[in-house]
Amino acid sequence: MLRLNCPFCGERDHAEFTYGEDASVAWPDFASPDSQAHFDALYLRDNPRGRHLEKWQHIMGCRSWLLVERDTLTHEIFSVRAAADESAGLNKPKSRRGR
Amino acid sequence: MAEMMARYSALSILQQGLTGNRGWQTAWAKPEVKKSYQVIIVGGGGHGLATAYYLAKNHGITDVAVLEKGWIGGGNAGRNTTIIRSNYMIEGNTGFYEKSVQLWEGLSAELNFNVMFSQRGHLSLCFSPAQRDAMARRYNIMRLNGIDAEWLDRDQLQKFVPLLDMQGERRFPILGGYLQRRAGTARHDAVNWGFARAASKLGVDIIENCEVTGFVKKRGRIVGVETSQGEIAAKKVGLAVAGSTSQLAGLAGLGRLPIESHKLQAFVSEPLKPLLDTVVVFGGAGHFYISQSDKGGMVFGGDLDGYNSYAQRGNLPIWQDVSSAAMSIMPALGRVRVLRQWAGIMDMSMDGSPFICKTGIGGLYLNAGWCYGGFKATPASGWCFAHTIAEDAPHELNRLLTLDRFQQGQPIDESGHGPWPRMH
Repeated sequence: MLRLNCPFCGERDHAEFTYGEDASVAWPDFASPDSQAHFDALYLRDNPRGRHLEKWQHIMGCRSWLLVERDTLTHEIFSVRAAADESAGLNKPKSRRGR
Repeated sequence: MAEMMARYSALSILQQGLTGNRGWQTAWAKPEVKKSYQVIIVGGGGHGLATAYYLAKNHGITDVAVLEKGWIGGGNAGRNTTIIRSNYMIEGNTGFYEKSVQLWEGLSAELNFNVMFSQRGHLSLCFSPAQRDAMARRYNIMRLNGIDAEWLDRDQLQKFVPLLDMQGERRFPILGGYLQRRAGTARHDAVNWGFARAASKLGVDIIENCEVTGFVKKRGRIVGVETSQGEIAAKKVGLAVAGSTSQLAGLAGLGRLPIESHKLQAFVSEPLKPLLDTVVVFGGAGHFYISQSDKGGMVFGGDLDGYNSYAQRGNLPIWQDVSSAAMSIMPALGRVRVLRQWAGIMDMSMDGSPFICKTGIGGLYLNAGWCYGGFKATPASGWCFAHTIAEDAPHELNRLLTLDRFQQGQPIDESGHGPWPRMH
């Protein structure tokens, strides 16, 4: 069992949470005509073997969306923070190529 | 070499039995790695070995090396729940998986290795009229494509699988099930050993403990690989490393792929007397599939753990999920003890379907994205990937299994779910 330290509810079993998605995905503005940016966000993933920033929702608790930094190989959890606090910086498109 | 590759036969078993079984030879050769090959296959799983075998058998290309980071049979080939079926309905999958079942039907004779393919049937249970309608559509499409499929009503079902609980009060009683009789199971690592032995016999070099750490490029084209055993040149390189595809593709310069790596657990119980002689699948409200191995163990599994992972170990919530599904349809299993549990890393593609294709890089070919359905595909995957590499063009059966299908608006989405890397 992973243990996620929800900033609102405290440390809980991950079974209380629902995994959302890769939080590093750079979603373009919905109205953006850049179809390549939409394609990249919808389909392509870094899929790292190591540190991974991801969204979880505390579905059986406060229902908040959280940002979790976790190692995909060791499952070590580095940080859990409220997604709302950082949403301004989350969805900005990053450079698409050469990552 | 000739002695090492002696044919297996009833006579050889008799001879060995009378001489203390001391004369069995290594199943495949352990050659020194050469400096260059015509084709290198990265990944010594079932798909890589099958590809090497069919390169030699169907295309006459025997100057082939299969490079395996670990040992043969140590990856997902030895971690799956051994189910073989072709109950697919979308173009791109239907013909491909049916070809695979057809190859399975002759595989033991083809490889001179008993892969223990047992056509004990594959049964999908229905719990609601809506689910039955959706499945009727799927199984009717199968029949239109010449694939066997039939409906079992409750009485037929109870006779076919006495272990199912059809009696108790329940919100969603079992209404019946769809059966593919030609489907079944096989001995998973025997498939690997069989392909390894048969490929080796045709001159393929199988190199274990050889990790690919980089790619050698010349004017943008792949001309070899860097490995833990040195640099090896090759005219063509095929990747068959499901689970780690993103890493190898990254090293090769393919960029980001429509794949996430997730772990899937499997379980086996203590050996029991014969109890279940088919494969039973409970999909819908839960997800659970079970069969009984020839050793007697109940082999079963369910959903992904649900979060990206490269750890080959599972987590407890899925134990509970799978166990509760088991109890809901087969309560007689309640006192059975689980003997072992493990996990494997899956390439989860964005439509639940695989890739067997050329890439944007010359000399590099890709076999990936098997989600959690790769085992059944082993022979057809090798057949098609070998063709794609040898002819530098896809086989008719993998024409649609391309990496750029999402961008072309042609995903092969069996479940009609939309982009989501958790389907199979």
